[in-house]
Amino acid sequence: MELHQQYPVHLRINGQDREFNVESWVTLLDLLRERAVLTGTKKGCDHGQCGACTVLVDGKRINSCMTLAVMQNGREVTTVEGLADGENLAPIQQAFIDCDAFQCGYCTPGQLCSAVGLMNEGQAKTLADVRELMSGNLCRCGAYPQITEAVAGVMGITEPGADGKTAFTTGPVLA
Amino acid sequence: MNPFVFTQPTDLDGALSALHAQGTRPIAGGTNLIDLMKEGVMQPPHLVDINLVTGLDGIELGADGLRLGALGRNADTAYDPVVRDRYPLLSAAILAGASPQLRNMATNGGNLMQRTRCVYFYDVGTPCNKREPGTGCPARDGFNRQLAILGTSEACIATHPSDMCVALRALDATVHVKSSQGGERAIAFAEFHRLPEDRPEIDNTLQPGELITHISVPEADRFKDHSAYIKVRDRLSYSFALVSVAAALDLGADGNIKAARIALGGVAHKPWRVEAAEAALVGQAPTESAFLAAAEAILQGAQGYGDNDFKLPLAKNAIVQALTSATRGTDYARGQQQASRDAQDAQPGEPA
Repeated sequence: MELHQQYPVHLRINGQDREFNVESWVTLLDLLRERAVLTGTKKGCDHGQCGACTVLVDGKRINSCMTLAVMQNGREVTTVEGLADGENLAPIQQAFIDCDAFQCGYCTPGQLCSAVGLMNEGQAKTLADVRELMSGNLCRCGAYPQITEAVAGVMGITEPGADGKTAFTTGPVLA
Repeated sequence: MNPFVFTQPTDLDGALSALHAQGTRPIAGGTNLIDLMKEGVMQPPHLVDINLVTGLDGIELGADGLRLGALGRNADTAYDPVVRDRYPLLSAAILAGASPQLRNMATNGGNLMQRTRCVYFYDVGTPCNKREPGTGCPARDGFNRQLAILGTSEACIATHPSDMCVALRALDATVHVKSSQGGERAIAFAEFHRLPEDRPEIDNTLQPGELITHISVPEADRFKDHSAYIKVRDRLSYSFALVSVAAALDLGADGNIKAARIALGGVAHKPWRVEAAEAALVGQAPTESAFLAAAEAILQGAQGYGDNDFKLPLAKNAIVQALTSATRGTDYARGQQQASRDAQDAQPGEPA
């Protein structure tokens, strides 16, 4: 085996079967952006700290920067490009628009995929849960109240949780 | 990332024989190893992907306790109904760590094998005795807010970053490994991670060629109604512990302490536990003064290095708070952890 060998990788991406040949060190993120030319998925920190690269693999949300493409051979990948049904936006996409849940938009593809993963997991029962379980996605613009409002809205969650808060806020305004 | 050979064995014998070669590393979740390779901190010439190896997953409750397969994902473990119901301390600790995405990827075995997040270890432009033995430790006089106050050495003040391991230490888990030489052994959790001493490059007692197959946790029903995991960190969520405490109490019918477990994270090169401090609580009423005495015994010999001096009072208070929450009950403690996040939420200030 050679260090610079290429490895065959088969992925089903957004419902389409795709074949690639990649070096061992190519991350799933780099494959999606540079080989599959699906640039919706964003590279933020490239170190698993920001969540911008979040995609769904077999329905589960993961950081695509922290896994090798060769490790995902045979899996089904959903990126932000695969969330809508043709021209019909997914409910979470429409909710982001309705709630004004983004400003610059760079974190949005990861936020959307993370929200779909959160809904698939079924663990969030309260507004406090939604906040905690969306914490793997940073938003430098600070659209957190609107993002969490969008996610909770689609899920029909209104129960405040342990903190008793009924609205999403960022805490008291600095004096 | 360095170039490397990649293989994907599908059975344990294949994995072990591939791991026999020097420098070869197993990869499972990859959430730490890939990051370390991107930074050039680790440069293995050969990665053995063990994700397809059969028989290493599964979360099972047997007669003598819980069996966590090495390839079980952290999220699946934490949300497993049996783990939630019978080992709430373990579930809470796992859910306090990382993010939902990372918990979906990270494995139970890999959680034990993750390396320190000391910034000097990660920065290949600086000396670090753990990364390059003998080069020195800039952390002692440098940025050490995250670093250890207990069990440190001249060579290293790194902390082990795991939350899950703190609960596993408190619950007296055992790590089961198989070797490419053909043997297998069981390592008590206390003996798995080690203190840095003069060999900080060695994180644990796993030998070259050995692979974790599963982790066992003895039956712990007497603690399930009175356990608490408290994690204090620089932001509300998704951040490593400054100090964390796993506390579990067995309270008798008279309300007094029959048994206690207390382990700390974020303070040492391994989860920190002082059994003598737990033994001293037995027979006592669960009062703040008893908990304070336990905290002082646990923190005996603790020493700050400047930036992290605050960890001494923080750890003491966190131990008392964790034991107080555990006394009030596991459900109360769960709410408290959420409430403490929300209290932090209300603090003015720029998140890190």
